[in-house]
Amino acid sequence: MTMRPRYRTALFLAPAGAWFLAMLVLPLLVVIVYSFGERGPAGGYAPAFTLDNYLNLGSRWTAFRNTLTMAPLGTLACLVIAYPLAWFLAMRADARWRTLLLVLVIVPFWTSILIRSYAWIFLLGGQGIPSLLNALGLGNPRLINTPFAVLVGIVYGYLPLMVFPIYVSLERLDKRLLEAADDLGSPPMRRFLQIALPLSMPGVATGCMLVFILLMGEFLIPAMLGGGKVFFVGNALVDLFLQSRNWAFGSAVAAALVLVMLITVTAYMRFTRRWAGGRDDVALM
Amino acid sequence: MTDRKDTISRKDFLAELERYRKGSVTRRHFLGVTGLGLATTVLGAAVPGLMPRRAHAEGSIGDRVVLASWPNYHDPANFEAFKAKTGAAVDMSVFGSNEEMLAKLQAGGTGWDVFVPTNYTISTYVDLGLIEPIDLSKLPNYDPASFDARFAEPGTINGTVYAVPRNWGTTGYVVNTSQLGALAKPTSWKEFWDMTKAEFSGRTMVHDYQLTTIGNALKYYGYSFNSVDPKELTDAEKLLMEVKPHLFAINSDYQPSMRSGDAWMSVAWTGDAKQLHRDMPEIEYVLGKEGGELWSDFFAIPKGAPHRDAAYALLDFLLTPEVNAKEVAFHGYPVADKRVNAILPAEMLNDPIMYPAAELLDPLEFGAAVTLTDPGRAELMARFKAA
Repeated sequence: MTMRPRYRTALFLAPAGAWFLAMLVLPLLVVIVYSFGERGPAGGYAPAFTLDNYLNLGSRWTAFRNTLTMAPLGTLACLVIAYPLAWFLAMRADARWRTLLLVLVIVPFWTSILIRSYAWIFLLGGQGIPSLLNALGLGNPRLINTPFAVLVGIVYGYLPLMVFPIYVSLERLDKRLLEAADDLGSPPMRRFLQIALPLSMPGVATGCMLVFILLMGEFLIPAMLGGGKVFFVGNALVDLFLQSRNWAFGSAVAAALVLVMLITVTAYMRFTRRWAGGRDDVALM
Repeated sequence: MTDRKDTISRKDFLAELERYRKGSVTRRHFLGVTGLGLATTVLGAAVPGLMPRRAHAEGSIGDRVVLASWPNYHDPANFEAFKAKTGAAVDMSVFGSNEEMLAKLQAGGTGWDVFVPTNYTISTYVDLGLIEPIDLSKLPNYDPASFDARFAEPGTINGTVYAVPRNWGTTGYVVNTSQLGALAKPTSWKEFWDMTKAEFSGRTMVHDYQLTTIGNALKYYGYSFNSVDPKELTDAEKLLMEVKPHLFAINSDYQPSMRSGDAWMSVAWTGDAKQLHRDMPEIEYVLGKEGGELWSDFFAIPKGAPHRDAAYALLDFLLTPEVNAKEVAFHGYPVADKRVNAILPAEMLNDPIMYPAAELLDPLEFGAAVTLTDPGRAELMARFKAA
């Protein structure tokens, strides 16, 4: 065997390798180094070697707790809403309309999330949905600047990311399996639970993973719809780097977030793999 | 067979383009002759780079200038006029605190040409080498002699002018008096915080800004607005943590929530109070009788500003008394320039929001440089937000 194929492989992988090195590995190293440093005299970073930043992580416990409850909750809410929608699109929708309907799912992505969040500020604000409910005699609830508002924003913003992987896995599903089960007398619920759901698990797992990982780093939706009162780790990071300018502590928070993500994502992959009977491709698709 | 009136040869097109670029024919002539009118209208709007540069009598300053400023602080019509005059479009982003501006400049690569720092920050910007001296020869419309020295001096550090004054104002709070019920109109910071914890729970906003939020919490106890004393800051933190569950939001852009009626009270700057009161007279402005902040904003140019000529052109334009007067009429922040005040309508000059009574102004303090970099205040604010 000559060396040429190996060179060729290296050549093709070089751009991706250089990208990962420059955009992931090196910045991560900088973050780790900074996380042992100190706040600079006028803010920023000053070299040092201290564990204080890590010992101080407890002061951001609320942010971690908010993120670690809202991210799974948001993922679950997306899943509950996306699955029936994906089912309808893949199984029930008229083929003539399917493409149009799929496009409609992504149409909101064509406008910046910032602008769409502003729209939600008005919809959830006192003169929006609450005043409508009030006019109908259903009370006048406070919606804006609550965890509920943030959850609405999350579902609204992330739904397409959940719909598409599930749609793809359902669309690929061999419909003859369902027909065969039907012929053999299996009731609809059992057909769904024993055939459709397990076979669509790769899509569910991918969708959940996409939404969950992005939610763990989310800061815009809580900032816009939480009024600074529903604080995620992402908001703590923005604050530490762009307001209070403690880059060293910010780096420690960032490193902790990466670690928490690694742990939860690994646990999640183990879990889904076991659930799917040892199939490796489930979480990766 | 070609119809000469409808088409143009490649050679003729290029010749016309060259004539237009040199400025020897008008744009109308060029577009008419080449039939590019419609195409340019459509494409030019989508891809500004396709539009040929305009030839200017005052020399080319480029097609844009990047400004970092504050919410509700500029009359868009003045930016349009500036663009019509010079060809440079103003690309503005707004900030909620000086700390945020400082953080961006410290991180580098802002691309800003002009920004609007407040009095207490300028010495730090100079120490950190983040701003450059102002070349006054490029600002013929700026007249230092006509400015009230009190509001212009912080721009000069060790005899060098690093920033020229924009507006001055106060930091008090706005209250929607129609929501007061049986309560008397508040007059102090003590009442501001106490009402937030009680009758106005869930309806009050504070700035996402350490100086004013911590400063006015310090005033609750009668401490200096600028205190960095650890014991006094601990007291302020205790108050802020107690109040946090009762806040509607922590945000320096409070006008939308005050207007919609979601918020009933908010820490506020002069101009926002003026704008709100103008449109909704029930919203009134209160200066806490314990004191608070008196401030002066400045224009400064960051080191390495990419469009420096455009930056000077914009400053000179905005400091022109007629233009500045239009800004004041729009945003309701007073200026310290006698030439501007001479042309402002009397009702503005007598407005109690813009020009509070002397006994209310007297206890106010200018922000102190130390508050910008004091770790105690920065960490307190971060903890308050993260709680």
